[in-house]
Amino acid sequence: MTDKPKVAFYWCASCGGCEEAVVDLAEGVLNVVAAVDIAFWPVALDFKRRDVEAMADGALLASFVNGAIRTTEQEEMAHLLRHKSQVLVAFGSCAQLGGIPGLANLSSRDEIFQTVYKEAPSTVNPEGALPKSLHRDNGDCVSLPGFYETVRALNQVVDVDYYIPGCPPTPKIIQQAVEALLSGKAPEKGSVLAPDRALCDECPRKDTRPEKLTLTAFKRPQEILIDAEKCLLAQGVVCLGPATRGGCEALCTRGNMPCTGCFGPTSRVRDFGAKALSATASIIDSNDEKQIDQILDTLPDPVGLFYRYSLPASLLRRKKLPEQPATKGCAPKAG
Amino acid sequence: MPEAKPETPAVGPKRFEPRIVAFFCNWCTYLAADLAGTSRMKYAPNMRVIRTMCSGRVDPQFVLDAFAHGADGVLIGGCHPGDCHYQEGNYKALRRVHLLKRLLREMGIEEERFRLEWISAAEADRLKTAVNDMVEKVRALGPLRLETTAEFFPEEVKVA
Ligand code: SF4
Ligand code: SF4
Ligand code: FES
Repeated sequence: MTDKPKVAFYWCASCGGCEEAVVDLAEGVLNVVAAVDIAFWPVALDFKRRDVEAMADGALLASFVNGAIRTTEQEEMAHLLRHKSQVLVAFGSCAQLGGIPGLANLSSRDEIFQTVYKEAPSTVNPEGALPKSLHRDNGDCVSLPGFYETVRALNQVVDVDYYIPGCPPTPKIIQQAVEALLSGKAPEKGSVLAPDRALCDECPRKDTRPEKLTLTAFKRPQEILIDAEKCLLAQGVVCLGPATRGGCEALCTRGNMPCTGCFGPTSRVRDFGAKALSATASIIDSNDEKQIDQILDTLPDPVGLFYRYSLPASLLRRKKLPEQPATKGCAPKAG
Repeated sequence: MPEAKPETPAVGPKRFEPRIVAFFCNWCTYLAADLAGTSRMKYAPNMRVIRTMCSGRVDPQFVLDAFAHGADGVLIGGCHPGDCHYQEGNYKALRRVHLLKRLLREMGIEEERFRLEWISAAEADRLKTAVNDMVEKVRALGPLRLETTAEFFPEEVKVA
């Protein structure tokens, strides 16, 4: 065994994009690989959970966990990696804030199961079978992880030391974060490892953003021919740059698309969606209730717009569930 | 806030007493509440008032925080249009509130639980009517019950 620091990568409720982002480090990944010993990385290397279980507590210098927490298995793995790691890093929007999978907090578990296993046009399920945690058949017993009612961010399950934002994090952000951690020059616990300023600051369009901006309608990117130089907000497209943390070097606005907020809020904001909502409401050009409502009709889905990456980490966390006995709640369904 | 959260349903011997968090602007609605007090007006005791300098100071985060921490309803009170001490603050509030209402609807929070009222310093009566009306409507809806997290995830770590 080498005495290089050991690290682990793990995925929870995620799309795989964050794993891809690590591979995308290209030559950069070799520097990382040369500096550390990867002790666990299910997507790329053949280590098993029992290998992690066999480690001493704190044996891993750092674990990078991407994805939100939806199932009991993901929760167990988060706890396991927490015990075995000196530093636990929430990697990417889903681990940091709940991410895209967190939008499922607009539905209940029952609604999700109904749609996915019964109603979706592509589903063939004549017996109407639904996943169960435990199934017995002929003396055999199969088990599946429990499926929680509510998706959570990593820090709602275990203590998290650092956050690397992004959907997915950019190679530069990852590399800077890993270097900071390996060099021992790690910042204060709880920090988000990206600049603490608004995205507009690093956007090439920022000089065309008017001092006082007002709009009488919001447009979706596909509805207009986007000017490649001018501030997107000034063109009527909702851009969340003013509310979003920088660090991505304005990837989306450089590509003619508005920022949708994947880097999350700056350190002064508790609830990203509320902040983005506030910034957006302030540019409505009307003092008249009726007119305000007409303008707002051009924003059909406020939750999807403002909480695209952060619903579980928001103050409300999820859509209100229909009344039900408290004991049933979120506990994973037993078989 | 002394008493524990009332959990009783609207019917039965002990009726449900909604908790209403109110953000009142210093120059109008807060003074109206003061006037209601000094004139010994009687109205529903369900409201906890937080004074802000202007209705435009009410960050949507305050409203969501109130709901997340047990409020059954949130009331914002400001000066009438044109009367804001800071000229435009109440228009700012108006635009935000309209957008926030849409967001709350999508989150399953009933419309009656969130309200914006223009109440001047002299309108103690209007304040009384607004509070009583809101309390009755929220009482009819029942408790919001968003604080379910602890129940569902007893081991969950506390996040600030
Ligand atoms: S609002 Fe968007 S397009 Fe305009 S400067 Fe900010 S990030 Fe760039
Ligand atoms: S511009 Fe916004 S959405 Fe795009 S990568 Fe940057 S932070 Fe994420
Ligand atoms: S000061 Fe009363 S609403 Fe602005």
